[in-house]
Amino acid sequence: MGQIYDFIYNLLPYLGMWLHGFLRSLGLSEEAVFLVVGLIKAFLLANFGLIGFAILTYVERKIVARFQDRLGPNVAGPYGILQPVADGIKLLTKEDTMPAGADRWVYNLAPLIIATCALAPLVVIPFGPGAIGADLHIGVLYALAVGAGALVGVLMAGWGSNNKYALLGAFRAVAQLISYEIPSVLSVVIVVMIAGTMSTVGIVQAQDVPYLFVLPVAALVFLLSGVAEVGRTPFDLLEAESEIVAGFHIEYSGMKFALVFLGEFVHALVVSALFAVLFLGGWRGPWLPPYLWMLIKMSVGIFLFFWLRATLPRIRIDQMLNLNWKFLTPLMILNLIGVALVDKGLRAAGVSGGMWAAGLFLFNMAMLIGALALPGYLGRRARMAALAGEAEAEAVEAPVAAH
Amino acid sequence: MIPLTWYLLVAAALFCIGVYGVLARRNAIAILMAIELMLNAVNLSLVAFWRYLHPERTVGQAFALFVLVVAAAEAAAGLALIISIYRNRETVDVENIDLLRG
Amino acid sequence: MTLIQAVFILFAALTLGAGLMTVLSRHLFHAVLYLILSLVGVAGLFILLEAEFLAGVQVLIYIGAISILIIFAVMLTRGMARNPGPPLNNQSLAAAVIAGLFFILLAPVLAGFPWPTAASGVPADAIEALGRSLVDPNQFALPFELASVMILAALIGAIFIAREKR
Repeated sequence: MGQIYDFIYNLLPYLGMWLHGFLRSLGLSEEAVFLVVGLIKAFLLANFGLIGFAILTYVERKIVARFQDRLGPNVAGPYGILQPVADGIKLLTKEDTMPAGADRWVYNLAPLIIATCALAPLVVIPFGPGAIGADLHIGVLYALAVGAGALVGVLMAGWGSNNKYALLGAFRAVAQLISYEIPSVLSVVIVVMIAGTMSTVGIVQAQDVPYLFVLPVAALVFLLSGVAEVGRTPFDLLEAESEIVAGFHIEYSGMKFALVFLGEFVHALVVSALFAVLFLGGWRGPWLPPYLWMLIKMSVGIFLFFWLRATLPRIRIDQMLNLNWKFLTPLMILNLIGVALVDKGLRAAGVSGGMWAAGLFLFNMAMLIGALALPGYLGRRARMAALAGEAEAEAVEAPVAAH
Repeated sequence: MIPLTWYLLVAAALFCIGVYGVLARRNAIAILMAIELMLNAVNLSLVAFWRYLHPERTVGQAFALFVLVVAAAEAAAGLALIISIYRNRETVDVENIDLLRG
Repeated sequence: MTLIQAVFILFAALTLGAGLMTVLSRHLFHAVLYLILSLVGVAGLFILLEAEFLAGVQVLIYIGAISILIIFAVMLTRGMARNPGPPLNNQSLAAAVIAGLFFILLAPVLAGFPWPTAASGVPADAIEALGRSLVDPNQFALPFELASVMILAALIGAIFIAREKR
């Protein structure tokens, strides 16, 4: 019984060891084995991303439908399970158009770049103590850097479509994505500072207390800027289906549009995976195998994304950029300085373990309450001033009107 | 093992391509892109020297980091100037922007 | 020809080929894309040189920010893109000769010099040491602060210069 439990628990490392031994017994050198194992890992991770995308489209529609008190897709197969298959077939059989005057290479390469740069960060997500694509020293930096490469794809899509609405949509998309990179990177910097390493495996191993409870401000801002980075509601001005222009992918149809859509969803998957690794403690947890814990924690992030989409309305672009530059960025900078000071102070005072986590938690909560109270206070002052101005205008009008 | 001279030759070739770009292109933005190529060549040779001569010190990587930072600031300021010139003269062809008035 | 040497030749060819296409391309947007390809090649060479932090920073800053800035500038100054004139000016032949001569002068010097080789390899905590050196007052804290002030000045200057005139 204990052996079966041990086998299931360490399934992925055992598979890796068996594969290694098998390839060596075929007579390959160590370098060639490394290459082949790397290719197999890349294949498995890409398939994980793609199959996850297919399943998530169905799950999203079901969950959003339940939020809206309806059933969701239930025609294709029992409970609508074959809906992703139906969607795939539909997209494959659509006509593959290209607008007149479009730049062929740029127009065709753009969806590929978006999809590739969305799938690439999966390599540094750990699914267990020995189960990771590649344990880079610069793990989270690699994930952020490659994610930023998708912006080039968005601009290529906007330019290559030879359509000024696509270009404007691409401009707005890139403005939003670049702006929200800053709080995202800053929150990751705070986590790296506390954990002492940029490697994802190291960050998971440093989380005796999950960083959600030690650094709640960084976690919330990471989630918020992750939602904005991915371009989902309430920040989905990029692809607003109910507005006149559909953004930078207006000229894409069929499989190319599927690739762009895939890029966005897999990016959401990657952001949830990073949230699980950085803030929820990765694969750590009692009794269940580590990869199951990882999937459960990723599902938390993804469910939050769907929940936000079903509940909140869309934000205007100027409100969105104001939120980023005037609230999130100063908040994260102040939080970075404060967490550094409090962390050094607590360590110098010899506090460690649970008390250290509690101290940082209290500091972050104080900063969060202050940060939420300040705009409320300023907003109330502005509203009072506006009301006073209106009352004055009325008082001036009333004697004039009485004549 | 890759000898140091290979990296230095690649950096020198990239630098010469950048020099040709700066001297021979008409569009101001293209000249700025050639300058970025030259800065990358410098970064490459700095890091190659660091790796092969003194990998235990941090000077090499820090120097390359500062060159990268300066390149970023220079690209931002240069592009702002180019946009401003375009607003005034309706052109970014450096052959036509060689007089102070008209 | 070991595997590492083949990978080096691949990345070097990518860098130089894309760089050449950048300066020769007629269409400005294509030139920017070739520049991005060349920067990817340089990042790959950084990884071969075991400077992985610098490679990550290169991709994040150069490709994720500076290239996008250049693309924005290309799109905002697009008035003459309807009919792109000749990309090279009338001194391009002399420029090619000068660049070629420069390379011919540099290459023997670089190839012929007996460079000393280091005894040790890259230490395991190189990134941590780099971070520490950037805030150590005896090492690079002052250039670090000056660099941040310089970026602030460039930011303010760029916003001010590129503003719409009221």
